Amino acid sequence: MKKIEAIVKPFKLDDVKEALNDIGIQGMTITEVKGYGRQKGHKEIYRGAEYVVDFIPKVKIEVVVGDDQADAVVAKIREAANTGKLGDGKIFVVGIEEAVRVRTGETGSDAL
Amino acid sequence: MRLKSLLWTALMMMLPATAMAAEGPDTGDTAWIIVSTALVMMMTPAGLALFYGGLSRYKNLLNTIAMTLVAYCLASVIWVLWGYTLAFGTSMGGFVGGFDHLFLNGITVSSLSGTIPTYVFLLFQMTFACITVALVLGSVVDRMKFSAWIVFTLLWVTFIYCPVAHWAWGGGWMGEMGALDFAGGTVVHINAGVAGLVLSMLLGKRLGYGKEAMFPSSITLTALGAALLWFGWFGFNAGSQLAADGVAASAFLVTNTSAALGALAWMTAEWMATGKPTVLGMASGVVAGLVAITPAAGFVSMPGSLVIGVMAGLIGYFSVAKLKNMLGYDDSLDAFGVHGLCGIWGALATGLFASPAVNEGGMGLFYGNPGQLWIQVVSILGTAAFSAIGTLVVAMVTKMVTGGLRVTQEEEIEGLDNSQHGERAFEIQ
Repeated sequence: MKKIEAIVKPFKLDDVKEALNDIGIQGMTITEVKGYGRQKGHKEIYRGAEYVVDFIPKVKIEVVVGDDQADAVVAKIREAANTGKLGDGKIFVVGIEEAVRVRTGETGSDAL
Repeated sequence: MRLKSLLWTALMMMLPATAMAAEGPDTGDTAWIIVSTALVMMMTPAGLALFYGGLSRYKNLLNTIAMTLVAYCLASVIWVLWGYTLAFGTSMGGFVGGFDHLFLNGITVSSLSGTIPTYVFLLFQMTFACITVALVLGSVVDRMKFSAWIVFTLLWVTFIYCPVAHWAWGGGWMGEMGALDFAGGTVVHINAGVAGLVLSMLLGKRLGYGKEAMFPSSITLTALGAALLWFGWFGFNAGSQLAADGVAASAFLVTNTSAALGALAWMTAEWMATGKPTVLGMASGVVAGLVAITPAAGFVSMPGSLVIGVMAGLIGYFSVAKLKNMLGYDDSLDAFGVHGLCGIWGALATGLFASPAVNEGGMGLFYGNPGQLWIQVVSILGTAAFSAIGTLVVAMVTKMVTGGLRVTQEEEIEGLDNSQHGERAFEIQ
């Protein structure tokens, strides 16, 4: 199993969700996060006092899928979240040791 | 009530009918000043509270509103107890009013000040005392102890505001000298601006000033506050004629023009300097334009107000965006930069642009009276010097009474809303 963690622009969340639904992904977890990469922050000036706002709002999407689906999910997210500009985000793939469905106790890919 | 009014009617009937007609209030004037009083009242707990509240940090917004509100309440009570008589009682050497109207002694429903009832006059003047002390708090938000603010307000209105109001309007030396201050350039704005500067230096800078970002809690509230101030300022300036006449109308006109140009000038300066025309800049420019036109309102004609407004916007922007950083004081919401410096510009401009065609009482340099400018300079220096020294003394006394002017470091970091009032301004989930 793999967990795909994608950090994307907030306004792209719906596009990503729909793209994943299209390939049969049935669930995901999202978190509102802040951060910066190459895009850097922006500056705001209040009566001459200049403040640099480093951390920009993003959405983190977490999806856990079977090994066979991981590449397709990454490709779909990349396609849906791409605007071609700095700040489109990052996708990380990590291995998952175990998954358990709370209601039934099923384990492994059956629990996804 | 009924018996009293019957007795009153009987008493009036005993007086000669001609005297009655001459001594009665002018109803038009009275109605306008009653409305003006209500307009100026709104400037403090609504206009200034929102203007300053939106500029303070999210954790100090309620404290800023609380300080404004309590200043209004305290000053309005002080005014009817001993403030009015210190400002408008029989002059003691041109410095302060005597105690003849202590607790409004001797003033009745039939007392007149000019063409309006004295009650209306004293209420109108009361709203000026209230807003002046409230303006000072712009320099000290985010760090002053609430109890210290209360003691400071009591002392400052009594010992600083009342004498200066007496000097300009109550028969004191500044008025006698011929200084022109239509609606409070020296009495209100220079006085409050200088006091703010002194108090902010005594308090010291806010923790993290210049190092950490200090975002205003809501520019939306600030913009709304500026709009309410502008609205109320029509009463402040046009009401200061104390009559519903042509001079009042002219004051109204130049007030609006100056405010609008102040906003446009500030916006343009900022746009050119930093690339963005901010809403905060426009709102600040409105106030700068209003402050500068205040002493000049009933004396200058429309063309004069164009220059006054544009210069006010530029001076305001320069003083808060450049001068403050150069001098390194922490005037949190710029009471000195906007009110003090634009007030000084307005007082000087009155000495330049006062036109006898608008008001016989004032003739400035450009109308052939260079001496007026010198008189204005003396009134500015006199007010600023008294305000600076007086505020220093009042603040020292306050410090002794309340055991310090400033909240503890822990309280300051936590925010004054919670540490002073046990409340929070927002509940957003």
